[in-house]
Amino acid sequence: MTDMLAPVAPTELETGSALEYLKNKFPDAVKDDTRQGFGGVVIDRSKLVDVARAVRDELGYDYLSSATAVDYHGISDHMEMVYHAFRTSGGPALVMKAQTPRENAEVPSLVGVWPGADFQEREAYDLYGIQFPGHPNQKRILLWDGFDGHPMRKDWKEAYYEEDHKPFESRWPKGYVRRAEELNIFGKNVRYPADLDLSRLTDTSEQSIYSGMGLGVDVQELTAEPGQMRTDRLVVNLGPHHPSTHGVFRMVVTLDGETVETLEPVMGYLHRNHEKIGERNAWLMNIPFTDRLDYISSMGNNMGYVMAVEQLLAKGARYTPPTYRAEVIRVLMVELTRIVNHLWAIGFLLNDLGAFFTPALYAIAEREKILDFFEATAGSRLMCNYMRFQGVYKDLPERMRGTSNTLNDKIRDFNTMDYLAELINERLPRSIDELDHFLTDSEIIKTRCEGVGILPPEMGVAYSATGPLLRASGVPYDIRRMDPYSIYPELDFDICTRPNGDVYDRYLIRLDEMRESIRILKQCLPRLEATQGEDIFAGNKAIYAPRVPVGEAYGRVDNPKGELGFYVVSEGDPKGPQNPWRYHVRAPSFINLTALGQMCKGHKVADIVVILGSIDIVLGETDR
Amino acid sequence: MNGMGILKGLGVTLKHFFQTYVDDIKYGGRKYIGNENFETRQGLKAQGAYTVQYPEEKLAMPERFRFVPFLVVEEPDHPDRAGHDWCTSCGICAKVCPPQCIWIVRSEDPVTKRPVPEPEAFFIDIDICMNCGYCAEFCPFDAIKMDHDYEMADYDRTGVGLHIHDKPRLSKPFSYYYDIAPTTAAEEAAGRGGWEHPDVIKEKKKSGQPVMDKPWHMLRAEDPEARAAAAAAAQAAAASASASAGPKVDMAAERAKRRQEALARHRAWKQ
Repeated sequence: MTDMLAPVAPTELETGSALEYLKNKFPDAVKDDTRQGFGGVVIDRSKLVDVARAVRDELGYDYLSSATAVDYHGISDHMEMVYHAFRTSGGPALVMKAQTPRENAEVPSLVGVWPGADFQEREAYDLYGIQFPGHPNQKRILLWDGFDGHPMRKDWKEAYYEEDHKPFESRWPKGYVRRAEELNIFGKNVRYPADLDLSRLTDTSEQSIYSGMGLGVDVQELTAEPGQMRTDRLVVNLGPHHPSTHGVFRMVVTLDGETVETLEPVMGYLHRNHEKIGERNAWLMNIPFTDRLDYISSMGNNMGYVMAVEQLLAKGARYTPPTYRAEVIRVLMVELTRIVNHLWAIGFLLNDLGAFFTPALYAIAEREKILDFFEATAGSRLMCNYMRFQGVYKDLPERMRGTSNTLNDKIRDFNTMDYLAELINERLPRSIDELDHFLTDSEIIKTRCEGVGILPPEMGVAYSATGPLLRASGVPYDIRRMDPYSIYPELDFDICTRPNGDVYDRYLIRLDEMRESIRILKQCLPRLEATQGEDIFAGNKAIYAPRVPVGEAYGRVDNPKGELGFYVVSEGDPKGPQNPWRYHVRAPSFINLTALGQMCKGHKVADIVVILGSIDIVLGETDR
Repeated sequence: MNGMGILKGLGVTLKHFFQTYVDDIKYGGRKYIGNENFETRQGLKAQGAYTVQYPEEKLAMPERFRFVPFLVVEEPDHPDRAGHDWCTSCGICAKVCPPQCIWIVRSEDPVTKRPVPEPEAFFIDIDICMNCGYCAEFCPFDAIKMDHDYEMADYDRTGVGLHIHDKPRLSKPFSYYYDIAPTTAAEEAAGRGGWEHPDVIKEKKKSGQPVMDKPWHMLRAEDPEARAAAAAAAQAAAASASASAGPKVDMAAERAKRRQEALARHRAWKQ
């Protein structure tokens, strides 16, 4: 019977069969990852590029979501690169790992296979010190060139190091209160090698950025032929302190006249080693820290992290998935966040275009109404900290009522469900339509945006672009549909795409997505009514230190800015401190920038600002 | 036609511009007077510019709003635990705090050296506090709560008690908590089974005494004289009980001394 069936094309194989296919094709190089709680395959690093090419071309995993390193110092004393590849046609991940000893760590670069690995491998080099032979531009990305050491290695300790794991011993019962800076007086916080003469020190840290860029302008040459319009190559730094960069972000641009020849993003000015902090933290403590990543859409960040840890918890015995009402509330919050984010993105894209703050303020004014709801429900407008493992913080309040506390306080008192119904059915659709009416047909916007910063679909997928950026290029990839989670499978909504992939389409797709979000929200309302009074938390809420089983998990959500993924590893003694062994954030704002240089090539200086604005980055997430 | 798109857009701007004035005329000079207008102006029906005239007007914070924590202390004339902290220094808030900004010194009985369920000193560095609300969420005694007081700007952050809040600065009476969060307080009281401290409720239930069905400050407001007499009698009974029992150690003075020592340790750290 079996030989009568047509052979299955490798690109249609299920993940499990795809792994079998790989093992048959590379019997020596590909092995199952047999550690408890782990999945995927471990690939001999000498064969990594060949296997990766087969995964991409033969099995059809064309989209590399995440590439990150883990340091298993003290457990098995090796380091590991972990790759999560997906098909843009949908489905779960194919997980690959390549192991390397900690000394002289080296893993071949996959930039030739998936160009989207570029920044992620540079990050792994920067934070873990893994060398990537074959990488075209391997240098530090988040830290400065002169930084001593690779901070994500488990044996690296930070300046104000106290202990490996929170909670710290000094907090209770003896409470020795002090400030970190009191511990380390400025000037004594650095250690110099004995043979170093500070007065002779010159800063060479940025030479690598400028090398090969033709630094400076030869004035002699410019003035040599009077009366003739000539251009010359010129290096210009945009940022880090520039209002158009949405934060502290820098672009080193080589110009020919006013046309961009090369563009190199320089980031890390807001770097705080979020992941190291995350590994010091206990599991629960990371939820408020995720708020600070993309601080425009903190609810979405909460959701991604909570889902990743729930995958781990589900490997243990005592786990109850979140109740239906909790899931509905989560989706409600996340979709409201999407509207908040897109309003903000459109407003500030217009700022970048020169329409200074009128559209931005109209957009922010509408956003304010949603934030009022967040504040009454979660307790904060931006740093919501609302989701918990197996549930949410609290149910929606019956009334959104202010309580007078200081002089001149004015009280507002709304019924929450009425407020939500009016917001979702009346106010938001009206203001989105108004924004559409206000901006879409404007000739100035069309002239500035159409045909600018085109990202072709193949390039978008290759460079691991996600979210509205990828969908505006005509690739219908939306995690809510392609790798569904929460209650999205039962909701009725469409994946928005636009065909051209230019800045104008990226503006339009945000309008489309807001309208789809309204559709989803309208379906949430009756579900909220129907589940009124049901539990929003599964399990015992008073547990502040949940026992997380050993294993790995990758939780991903379709955040407003793109795919937000959390790769978490739980290791070590189940009775010991309960902290993530590895906590990695696959940040859309960071990885979407990989294609920025390509998109800006050939455009004018003023267009750079617009293209960057259309990608929609938040530096809190880019730099982490 | 070229240019129509821009005109359409400018029409929206013009609409917004006029809406603000139409709004002003509609309220007829009463726009900034009275609470009812404020609610409409700051609700979903708002049109035009709807800025808040801070500090002449302030948005009252919703109950769940969370800012730097405070410690709940019993009313000074409470019949059961006058002026005592609700905190038992169990340390869960310090353990769950993500930025680790809480330091607690647990008190000991000076004679038996056994822990006493009340903190000797309590510090929160509000510069580090990230207002996540975990301390309030996971406190098993409802003793630490998130405040609504957001006007904390300072010219200096380094002085003792300025940005490292100590216990006197953190302590606020239960009636204050009831004022800023009545619904939440009622939910929590229902969870505890009464309006008193969980330990008091436990003892009262054991001895069959009735628990309060309202917070003490409200009971007192309803019937001031009788309540005052009850409080005085309870305090006198407690005083005579402690006078007749055991060795003469002035607990209050001892605690104050230890508190001063903890503060001195803190100052020493600074130098």
